[in-house]
Amino acid sequence: MTINEIQDGIIDEFGMFDDWMDKYQLLIDLGNNQQALPEEYKKEDNLIKGCQSRVWLHAHYKDGNVIFEAESDALIVKGIISLLIHVLSNHTPDEILSADLYFIDQIGLKEHLSPTRSNGLVAMVKQMKMYAMAFKAANQ
Amino acid sequence: MLDTQKIRMDFPILNRKIYGKDLIYFDNGATTQKPLCVIEKMNECYLNQNSNIHRGVHHLSQEATMAHEEARKSVQKFINAAHDHEIIFTRGTTESINLVAFAFGEAFLKEGDEVIISTMEHHSNIVPWQMLQDRKGIKLRIIPINEKGELDMEAYKNMFNERTKLVSVMHVSNVLGTINPVEEIIRIAHTHDVPVLIDGAQAIAHTKVDVQALDADFYVFSGHKIYGPNGIGVLYGKEKWLNAMPPYQGGGEMIATVSFDKTVYNELPFKFEAGTPDYVGSVALAKALEYVSAIGLENIEAYETELLHYAMEGLSKIDGIRFYGTADHKGAVISFLVRDIHHYDMGMLLDKLGIAVRTGHHCAQPLMQHYGIEGTVRASFSFYNTKEEIDTFIKAVERVSNMF
Repeated sequence: MTINEIQDGIIDEFGMFDDWMDKYQLLIDLGNNQQALPEEYKKEDNLIKGCQSRVWLHAHYKDGNVIFEAESDALIVKGIISLLIHVLSNHTPDEILSADLYFIDQIGLKEHLSPTRSNGLVAMVKQMKMYAMAFKAANQ
Repeated sequence: MLDTQKIRMDFPILNRKIYGKDLIYFDNGATTQKPLCVIEKMNECYLNQNSNIHRGVHHLSQEATMAHEEARKSVQKFINAAHDHEIIFTRGTTESINLVAFAFGEAFLKEGDEVIISTMEHHSNIVPWQMLQDRKGIKLRIIPINEKGELDMEAYKNMFNERTKLVSVMHVSNVLGTINPVEEIIRIAHTHDVPVLIDGAQAIAHTKVDVQALDADFYVFSGHKIYGPNGIGVLYGKEKWLNAMPPYQGGGEMIATVSFDKTVYNELPFKFEAGTPDYVGSVALAKALEYVSAIGLENIEAYETELLHYAMEGLSKIDGIRFYGTADHKGAVISFLVRDIHHYDMGMLLDKLGIAVRTGHHCAQPLMQHYGIEGTVRASFSFYNTKEEIDTFIKAVERVSNMF
């Protein structure tokens, strides 16, 4: 599936809820089901510090695609991370670099990714694109 | 007795809906809302009175100057200072502490001297001293706290030596709610001839402060935490200290005469008020103090304590809740965590239910390190909050906890 097809799927899924608490319950469930980041990757180098919560991001390159793994100590942040990974992981660097993450806005989670939020998510998206750029440069 | 319903009408923001729910504002420790009279006072200043104070001979400037100096007298009266020139207007608690750290440091501190602070301090009462540590080579001594979040007074008593030059502690903890025994802290320090700075940011709106009865050498607070505007704050200092300290910033207002050979500084309080004074801030702050005085700090303290006990009782029934700060003498601030639910998650979801609380480390990371946690959820009350709001809040915390 393309990045946009995945995003549209998420928008459909969240579209079923009109109550905020239901949307957040889904994020919590996603966070709970998100595969834990192996302990070896939960190191200082992978840590993206927010004021409120911490995010660890690891990336590797496999068969022309970038694979992301990440975790947070806050469950809602972890839920959002699982969406971001679902959308961006296992795509080529070019696809990741040109991705417009419109699903965040559409499912009403824009506030989590505004620069004034101190949860580490903005820095995480930036870091994901940086990884894509680095893998692209290394494999050209 | 307070007429909360009547009081709430003075705060239009309390009628706001957040995500379709009635706003419950429990973030008063961060900032308090402003009553109409304060907002109107600021409008009136800009609509009818605006000019630069202390300089113009024209009528408006005279009026604004008088209003600013009247505001100084209001603050003097509010905290019962001996003189109005002992009241310095600053931008807030942080600037007040930085001013003392710089100017007292310049005048009295040298390498190896010691300043006593505590484990529970806000970064504003840690970092300025650390900067002085870097600049002058002073040492910081830290008063430990016990499990309830109270200062270890025995340890404090034993911290003094001939190098101790200043004690700087908070009156009320912004995280734990602990009301520190500042009178005793000051009395002990004075037996060693050591002056004391009290950070009153979290106390000033909640309990009666009498700087002469306390015998505080410095007492600092922010206007916005006592229903006044943002950007105005107060440094109270005993005349003898302020006179002995050099200016903090140079510029207009703080000089008597300037020439390229020699500049003579102005007298107190102007020596410490470089630049164009925020007379709108000072005047509106005075209005806020008047508003608070009319309600009565004794009434406020009694009512807020009632809210605190009511909330603690209700919250303690929630499965897996842990409180940080259970001092015997405690202000209306509750820090907690439920099970392993992250403070950010709890705060986010309470927000979606219309409830404003603070989450995180509350600018007190050393205190978080003491407890081995990343942060807490904090509810802090004002006299405009109600038991009904607390009921809703407790139900919300329960509901959110069940989502995990």
